[in-house]
Amino acid sequence: MGHRSWLAAIPPYAWLLVFFLFPFVLVAKLSVSHTVLAIPPYAPTLDLSRGAAGVRDFIGGLSGDTYRRLGQDHLYLAAYLSSLKVAAISTALLLLVGYPMAYGMARASPRSRTLLLMAVILPFWTSFLIRVYAWIAILKPEGLLNLVLSWLHFGPVEILNTPTAVYIGVVYSYLPFMVLPLYAALEKLDPTLLEAAADLGATPWRAFWRVTFPLSRPGVAAGSLLCFIPIVGEFVIPDLLGGPQSLMIGRTIWTEFFANRDWPSASAVAIVLLATLTLPILAYQHQQARALEGRR
Amino acid sequence: MARRLNIGAVRSSFAPWADPAAVPLARFEGVTKRFGDAVAVAGVSLDIYEREFFALLGPSGCGKTTLMRLLAGFETPDAGRVLLGGQDLAGVPPHRRPVNMMFQSYALFPHLNVFDNVAFGLRQDAMPKAEIRARVEEMLEMVQMASLARRRPDQLSGGQRQRVALARAIARRPRMLLLDEPMAALDKKLREETQFELKELQARLGLTFLIVTHDQEEAMTVADRIAVMRDGAIEQVATPAEIYEAPASRYVADFLGDVNLFEARVDRVEPGAAQVRLASAECPAGFTALDDDAPAPATQVWLAVRPEKMTIALEPPPPGTPNVLEGQVWDIGYTGDWTTYLVDLAEDRTIRVARANASRLVDRPIGREDKVWVSFAPDAGVVLTR
Repeated sequence: MGHRSWLAAIPPYAWLLVFFLFPFVLVAKLSVSHTVLAIPPYAPTLDLSRGAAGVRDFIGGLSGDTYRRLGQDHLYLAAYLSSLKVAAISTALLLLVGYPMAYGMARASPRSRTLLLMAVILPFWTSFLIRVYAWIAILKPEGLLNLVLSWLHFGPVEILNTPTAVYIGVVYSYLPFMVLPLYAALEKLDPTLLEAAADLGATPWRAFWRVTFPLSRPGVAAGSLLCFIPIVGEFVIPDLLGGPQSLMIGRTIWTEFFANRDWPSASAVAIVLLATLTLPILAYQHQQARALEGRR
Repeated sequence: MARRLNIGAVRSSFAPWADPAAVPLARFEGVTKRFGDAVAVAGVSLDIYEREFFALLGPSGCGKTTLMRLLAGFETPDAGRVLLGGQDLAGVPPHRRPVNMMFQSYALFPHLNVFDNVAFGLRQDAMPKAEIRARVEEMLEMVQMASLARRRPDQLSGGQRQRVALARAIARRPRMLLLDEPMAALDKKLREETQFELKELQARLGLTFLIVTHDQEEAMTVADRIAVMRDGAIEQVATPAEIYEAPASRYVADFLGDVNLFEARVDRVEPGAAQVRLASAECPAGFTALDDDAPAPATQVWLAVRPEKMTIALEPPPPGTPNVLEGQVWDIGYTGDWTTYLVDLAEDRTIRVARANASRLVDRPIGREDKVWVSFAPDAGVVLTR
């Protein structure tokens, strides 16, 4: 590497600075402001034309009141817990659905492998919103699902605007994020290891649990975290499929921001959400670093 | 006249294959295996006996590994039967076959340490924990890996990994141990050491070993019998000495060690002397070879002569000496213990003559471009019909 190799590091850091750090500072600042009936709907604002006095007034105007309110109102806590619950259950469901898919792909012949991989990725090329709307058409009371069920002489089911609909939508939308890391891990697995396990007397089932699964753990961890983290903050799917009573933190932020015009509270909720997710994000980073090391 | 081969066999009394009453431990009966259009194993019949160290030898792609995998159960034959201890193995999955395999890549489980790798097979048999521990420790002791029991495979050297793989494969006390190119990944010195250790281990455990290798020296060193394979079929099954001294075909003669092959035609058979006279364009006086089972006159044959069974001299041998060739030294390869001379006989025809360097000082060493006389005794050559 040349002595100017540090130049290569500028674009990613500039990217992070512009698109992550600035917005984050902005939101953090908002979260320690308070609402006013004005435009913008918060105070204090930084008035640099007044020099040092302006800065002093600005800092003096900041307070942690919004956070205090967050702690007092049980609605927020309930929304957090509900989001974490939905994310956890969804991740478990994704693992249950995604693992067999990834396993099948990894075991398929190279040609059908490419096809299967395309089948997983292809839906991504159509709009996410359209795909979620499609689920409304399927799940609504007079929708496709109930039509098929009536042909089979089963009673109509109410799925739209229930948690079940949210799970269906989430599992459907996030499946590639689960399948691809799992596939990457399973595809690397040396088939000779399974032969060795069989040779040593392990039934296929035991060979799976003693060899395949432990060796696919990096994929399980990567896929789970890759799904869990964004699902906690998911807004669109619960909003469209879960109905008005669905309680998730993404919705809470939206309501605070747009319905209540309470920008500071919305920002505080977002900051706490980020703090909550720091742990799984760090876990993901750690896991990725270890996977990199393991490849060396 | 049944001339006995000069064989310094280690276990000369061990020859169950010569006993018609002996029951083989493993038997291949007309086994054929195809992969698509390619025939990997073509109608192989083979018996392997209890306590035998048996080698499948051949170049890559000759079907030797497939043959072994058929016994392990990773492949199913398209035709024929594979039997173990008299039982047809058809339909028996690998995990229920009482054989264990040591894989070429070792196939150690990367997420388990040495101890757990060796214990893996034992844990499949619902063996009591204390017994597993004792057995694993015994195995690791045997391969001198006890001190590294807590290491992971990626923390071991190639030689150490090989030992762990071996310990893992014999821990279940299989009826037969299958070794797929077990020493291919080791360097030469370690490989030679390991060969003798394997032999000793096999004798000590009284197990039956089947080894697959492309290394003829390795097969000769370890095996009681060798099957030389070519294009999915078996060319010859015999002891190492028989294979070397009495190869069945040009292919076998050439695959094991160096050989000079002379095209010839049977001229005259002398049954009384168990001798055969061969006419050849390469030797105007013709060749004389010892053979009590020579083909009929006019048959096209080849005379195979090993380089070390030839004599090279700067002087012509006394008249009447059989099998004399005249030539010129073209190149000399000196390896310390041996000197190999490449001798040009005629245009485009070079033979190899090897001489053991028995003494340090030679009055008149043979040099390049020297005119030389090469000769060999009638019992040095083998008459081959294919």
